[in-house]
Amino acid sequence: MAIDRKTIERTAELANLHLTENEKIEYEKQLNDILNYVEKIREVDTSAVKATDYIEEIKNVFREDVILESINRDEIEKIAPEFRNGHITVPKIIE
Amino acid sequence: MKFDVVIGLEVHAQVNTKTKIFCGCSTEFGADANTQTCPVCLGLPGVLPVLNEKVLEKSVLAGLAMNCDINRYSKFDRKNYFYPDLPKAYQISQFDKPICIGGYIRVGNGENEKKIRLNRIHMEEDAGKSIHSDDPAVAKSFVDFNRTGVPLMEIVSEPDMSSASEVYEYLTNLKQTLKYINVSDCNMEEGSLRCDVNISLKPEGSEKLGDKVEIKNMNSFKAVKAAIEYEISRQTEMLEDGEKIVQETRLWNPDKNRTYSMRSKEEAHDYRYFPDPDLPPVICSEEYISNLRNSLPELPEAKKNRFTAEYGLSDYDAGVLTSVRQLAGYFEEVIKLGINPKKCSNWITSELLGKIEDAEKIDSFSVRPASLAKLLKLIDDDTISGKIAKTVFAEMIETSQEADDIVEKKGLRQVTDTAEIEKIIDDIIAANPQPAEDFKNGNDKAIGFLVGQAMKLSQGKANPQIVNRIITDKLR
Ligand SMILES: [Zn+2]
Repeated sequence: MAIDRKTIERTAELANLHLTENEKIEYEKQLNDILNYVEKIREVDTSAVKATDYIEEIKNVFREDVILESINRDEIEKIAPEFRNGHITVPKIIE
Repeated sequence: MKFDVVIGLEVHAQVNTKTKIFCGCSTEFGADANTQTCPVCLGLPGVLPVLNEKVLEKSVLAGLAMNCDINRYSKFDRKNYFYPDLPKAYQISQFDKPICIGGYIRVGNGENEKKIRLNRIHMEEDAGKSIHSDDPAVAKSFVDFNRTGVPLMEIVSEPDMSSASEVYEYLTNLKQTLKYINVSDCNMEEGSLRCDVNISLKPEGSEKLGDKVEIKNMNSFKAVKAAIEYEISRQTEMLEDGEKIVQETRLWNPDKNRTYSMRSKEEAHDYRYFPDPDLPPVICSEEYISNLRNSLPELPEAKKNRFTAEYGLSDYDAGVLTSVRQLAGYFEEVIKLGINPKKCSNWITSELLGKIEDAEKIDSFSVRPASLAKLLKLIDDDTISGKIAKTVFAEMIETSQEADDIVEKKGLRQVTDTAEIEKIIDDIIAANPQPAEDFKNGNDKAIGFLVGQAMKLSQGKANPQIVNRIITDKLR
């Protein structure tokens, strides 16, 4: 599988990354190298292996429906880029 | 040209747990913005979400109540997209292995009965809430993460509905069931029930589905109905004029009674679902499922059928009484005390329901079932008339006294002493010679006036049957 320019641009868009022309060229090459490297795994015969959702064998980890204390709102204010009237403030979302 | 209407629904119901789906933050409605959050629901790095066992339990219960198959192996997936009210830039949802698959909800009855098939029910977390500034100079949106991580079950139907009224009935039955089994409060105003409608039209009998339009932003079942009716006529007109329906999302405007295009910049969605490595798979054992199945209460449909068969109630009355679980329970407690079911049903539907605001809160209504039973017994054994009983009932609601105490204290006992009634009637006949003469000469209608006068003179306490009999004996 080869990564072309279009795939790079689409991936960047989905990841919300704004790439320069040089970065696009660079990442196209890097990603292709990585994929070529990983291609090797195709040499293994997996026809008898079941698809794996999880690599660990754990299952059914639950918590009880018990209220724990939430954090103080000031803590959010400290990490939010902008905070007004108890709300995290962002550029207006156009609807 | 005639068109077939094809409608499918996606309903998001908030699971009524105390805490969020993956953390211990409270889900209480109405708290100050951003006071019910923690590193997990804020999506801060390094945290580990853990599934609330009640969310699983209630989702399985919902599936069992709606005839779904429960997936023995179920898992959570990340649905990736960017939006300011989604702090992790992905929503934890279920993609290819949802907790429930298939199932159905019945609508209509008799020959018109129809099963609306369900596609699936899955568990997911809600996103936050944003308010947008109207001031162009501000150009900001304000985000509240209290809702982030609130547990939802998304109930997805197949496109099996074909009219607004069918959708209304589907939603009514769905809500009734969720409330009966106590898995959701289904309060549309508080956002604990939301409904997205997918609707398309195709030429009558055609196999090919038309382009579908999604409608959002309805805050009541009535609005859902109105939005669908509007959309059917809008699309019909467009198709008749040879226009093409654009696949899009439209929002309902309740003030203008119309839908309008959302006009968001149309990004091709690519959610890139993948299994969430933070959350191990959920395996439901046969024992777990059968225990939950056995804990299900009698469901609305079964209860309604039983009420008609066992108590001889009309379909309508049985429907009213079973529409709310608490009301059905109240009714059955009254009749357990020896009250005739039909009389009890009549009293509840015509007297009691008009006196309470919310049938779900009947358990805190001042007149308890035993007290209502006593009142109905007083009517039954002729101690008081039905009319007086209404006055007594009003007094019971007001003062929480027992019916017999009120009757004694106010001297409301029905007069059945024939000598006393005879005296009253003699006075009435003497005072109204013309109607008396009319009745004597065969005008049956005239007795109504005389009975009315006698009742009035006795202040409603004379037994009307006895009054009737004595007047007839005297004049004919
Ligand atoms: Zn939290």
